[in-house]
Amino acid sequence: MTAERAGPRRAVEPLPGLWQGFAATLGRDCRLRFRRRSELANPLIFFALIVTLFPLGLAPDSTLLSGIAPGLLWVAALLSVLLSLDGLFRDDFDDGTLEQLLLAPQPASVLVLAKIVAHWLTTGLPLALISPLLAVMLSLPGHSMGVLMLTLLLGSATLSLVGAIGAALTVGLRRGGVLLSLLILPLYTPVLIFGAGTVRLAVDGAVIAPWLALMGAMLALSLLAAPWAAAAALKLSLDG
Amino acid sequence: MWPIIHKLGSPKWFYTMSGRWLPFLWGIGTILVVTGSVWGLAFAPPDYQQGDSFRILYVHVPAAILAQSCFALMASCSLIFLVWRIKLADMVAGAAAPFGAAMTFSALFSGAIWGVPTWGTWWVWDARLTSMLLLLFLYLGIMALRGAFASRDGGARAAAILSLVGVINLPIIKYSVVWWNTLHQGATFSLTEKPAMPASMWLPLLLMVVGFYLLFAAVTVARTRNEIIRRQPTARWVRALVQGGRNGL
Repeated sequence: MTAERAGPRRAVEPLPGLWQGFAATLGRDCRLRFRRRSELANPLIFFALIVTLFPLGLAPDSTLLSGIAPGLLWVAALLSVLLSLDGLFRDDFDDGTLEQLLLAPQPASVLVLAKIVAHWLTTGLPLALISPLLAVMLSLPGHSMGVLMLTLLLGSATLSLVGAIGAALTVGLRRGGVLLSLLILPLYTPVLIFGAGTVRLAVDGAVIAPWLALMGAMLALSLLAAPWAAAAALKLSLDG
Repeated sequence: MWPIIHKLGSPKWFYTMSGRWLPFLWGIGTILVVTGSVWGLAFAPPDYQQGDSFRILYVHVPAAILAQSCFALMASCSLIFLVWRIKLADMVAGAAAPFGAAMTFSALFSGAIWGVPTWGTWWVWDARLTSMLLLLFLYLGIMALRGAFASRDGGARAAAILSLVGVINLPIIKYSVVWWNTLHQGATFSLTEKPAMPASMWLPLLLMVVGFYLLFAAVTVARTRNEIIRRQPTARWVRALVQGGRNGL
């Protein structure tokens, strides 16, 4: 009797756990992104191009440029993240992977978080890594390079998380790109203010720890709320 | 508890009940706004520093208060809609959004006009002005998102999610902008402190604020009633209403 019961049970494979699902989604997304090298490079090229436009539009004056460099680099990085957001769910939406993702036994918010982490690893992280190069071209003082990278690391993670909500809301729309920037840019302003503000403080040699702590707080809050909201938005995008 | 909520959420009940309130809302609101305007613009004493230019506050302050209250209403309705799926809450949220955007724009516009004689410039990158501008963009985003969906339900749910995300973000935006820069004077009204203005100045302002609230309620209720009819043109009670109206004519 017991053996009969145990039989069919053993035949059912155990479902993959929460972290297995997370790791599998993260690995899949990272692999897909690394296989499309040109798309991977697009935000970085865009970042460098915007930074190049400003000295051309203003003046090749290094004192002027070093004064506005923190804000300029931050705005350029923010726009690059915004540019890459439309692709966050678009391909998976088009080929039906997204439906499978939401049907998976793991909570959708965890899998969405894995996709967001993959997006940050391939957008925010490289942006932060090449930012000192562009900062040198804008003659940002050398001692604030580390702070610039740190704020971009922290801030771009928040940008990816908050942006995922907008990307999820607009993924079902045919012309979602322009709408996406209208939805997301107002929500990005606190990150921009604190990110650029911290770098400016670092240039002046002031204490930056409280500002970094606030950026960390914003990241923690968006980590808590954004995957959940993005998963809800994805569900409705697939319904509607 | 539940029967009351179901009754409140029923479009038919709302339509019949609001039909009775609506004339009072319009009437009292209009009387208050007209009285407040005449009192504030013609009879209130001029400010000792700003002269007559301060009088724009009788439009500016109610508009700014309404802009924020309207967002709060929209976000609460969105929460009710998302949690309990009460369609009426979504209709109210949709009806309130354009009014909120209009009030935000009025507050910004009247502030700019007031800025010329007082600050000597149309626009300064001050904390309150900037956060109001961002609030306007949030309103526009929510309205645009609602319109972008082909299905009404999809647009409604998307707008509701964005309203909730926006209402969590609003305090963060507000305080980050305050830290960034501040030049604007402190709040005019406070519930806990005695106003610094004489009664002859703040009483008309109080009338204006209450009047604006009543007119806001009237506009929202009227728009919601239209939306109810638009969404349920085939419902039996709507048909009866239309035919009854025709017979009446």
